[in-house]
Amino acid sequence: MQNKTQLPKVVKITKIIDENPVVKTFYFDISIDSRPGQFVMLWLPGVDEKPISIALDDGKQLALTLCSRGKTTRQIAKMKVGDRLGIRGPYGTVFNFQEGEHLALVGGGYGAAPLYFLAHEALKKNCKIEFIEGARSEEHLVYIDRLKELPNTTLHIATDDGSVGFKGYNTELLKKVASENKIDRIMTCGPELMMQKVGEIGDSKNINTQISVERYMKCGFGVCGQCVLDPLGIRSCVSGPVMNSKVLKMLDEFGKYHRDDLGRKQYFLNPQKDACEPGCGNSAQSECG
Amino acid sequence: MANLSVKFCGVEFTNPTVLASGVVGVTAASWKSVVQNGAGAPTTKSVRLNEHKGHPNPTIITTEHFLMNAVGLPDAGLSKAKEEIDEYLKDKKAPLIVSIAGGKADDYVAIAEEMAKLPIDILEVNISCPNVENEFGRPFACVASDAKTVIKNVKKVAGDKPVVAKLSPNVTDIKEVANACAEGGADGFCAINTLGPGLAINLETRMPILANKVGGISGPAIKPLAVKLVHDVYKTTGLPIIGTGGVTTGEDALEIMMAGATLVGIGSAVYYRGIDVFRKVANEINEWCDKNSVENLSDIIGTVKM
Repeated sequence: MQNKTQLPKVVKITKIIDENPVVKTFYFDISIDSRPGQFVMLWLPGVDEKPISIALDDGKQLALTLCSRGKTTRQIAKMKVGDRLGIRGPYGTVFNFQEGEHLALVGGGYGAAPLYFLAHEALKKNCKIEFIEGARSEEHLVYIDRLKELPNTTLHIATDDGSVGFKGYNTELLKKVASENKIDRIMTCGPELMMQKVGEIGDSKNINTQISVERYMKCGFGVCGQCVLDPLGIRSCVSGPVMNSKVLKMLDEFGKYHRDDLGRKQYFLNPQKDACEPGCGNSAQSECG
Repeated sequence: MANLSVKFCGVEFTNPTVLASGVVGVTAASWKSVVQNGAGAPTTKSVRLNEHKGHPNPTIITTEHFLMNAVGLPDAGLSKAKEEIDEYLKDKKAPLIVSIAGGKADDYVAIAEEMAKLPIDILEVNISCPNVENEFGRPFACVASDAKTVIKNVKKVAGDKPVVAKLSPNVTDIKEVANACAEGGADGFCAINTLGPGLAINLETRMPILANKVGGISGPAIKPLAVKLVHDVYKTTGLPIIGTGGVTTGEDALEIMMAGATLVGIGSAVYYRGIDVFRKVANEINEWCDKNSVENLSDIIGTVKM
């Protein structure tokens, strides 16, 4: 970080897209020179400020996809074009890939949003993409229209109820895709237990796997200590959100628990869903617990 | 290679850098991590008796010259703190300084009583946090007689643990408060806590940036004040001091030690230079000592020629 002054920049919402009943994408006419995998702190003046994954930053527009699931995001969801929000960042690590690689992107719920940004950038580097998206049902899928428009991208859809695509988990689709193709890297964003499974699949096939880890955080720049991971003591805002599956194997808490605002352990409850409301899973948007 | 080890209240530290309370120190894993990154010791985030919610975000803002925070001393309370301390002590690689804070004077005693039973090294009594004024009224460290009472009562139950009073810069005469703490039995001091509170306004919304509106100022901007106040406390009490406030480089550390500090607290510099700032500062201290033929770092403590 070159510039140590990092105050929120207040900008107007220029466009809003309803992705599904609880997920919206907000556009701003700014660029913050971010890369896929990074996040911003989104400030609702007078209320709170939350970490949000970047869903697009193409040099002209910045997009943030939010799930309304807490006090702050519910209030933001009611905002209109022309209303103002504060943005600071970008923060955190990025998804890494190289020119011409074959990538499998595995999104759970609205975790697909930052992976759309990744696909958008990877296509500039002539990558070939298998985009695997999973959700509870057809109405919870996000970004499908925009993903269908991407070149060199094959879209694979899984829904828990089979309302569209494969009936079952997107991790089953990943196994199939990874055995039928020579995949160079797997990148994932979504509920933690889903991502843990993705990591296992990637490791078993010896494929470089990058996972976007979400933890409760306050500052976003490594000072508050809220997002420190056991037992290594690394900070998920600085060493993450994107981490290699091999690093996550050393973090006992991954897939087991996360910590709340008071630093207490909160254990994940259901397989394939984390302790948040179903359908969420945007990396670094930490309103659970 | 100079000898960087220092002795503070009878406790040995391999080098004088310690993690200041309130920065990254939420869990045992975090304390261990700063030790791996070269810190002589970690200081815990302030332990509270019961569960205490902090302020909403934004809680910390950053500029080139200073940080300003109003985190609000969030904590899960004594039982979680003991769990984390146990975890740290399992394979203890460096001393542990436990910071304690209370909404009322009795809280400090109740926490200190429990901490005295654990093999921790130093009790730092945070009587000076400027972010919790609604509960505290004025911080205890801003009224000499209040500061003395808290320290005296903590000292009664602290057993063999050295008791360090964390002082506020937001007083007319820090010497008066320091002397009162010394009369109360303080074994040492940590000086200084954050300055202020200050206010930062967003121009577009005409609103304060911090959710708590105001916050304590730390970082490079407050270093000269810290150096001066450390010197005041050193001269007036002669007790050992953890010099804290804007220390970012080895030269900053040497400066505050010459003013009278034995240990050097590092907090905001984690933002400016990364989590390995402790190793960087220790290396820079070592280089300076070598160049200036200082064999034992502790020889420079309080050597400023005023």
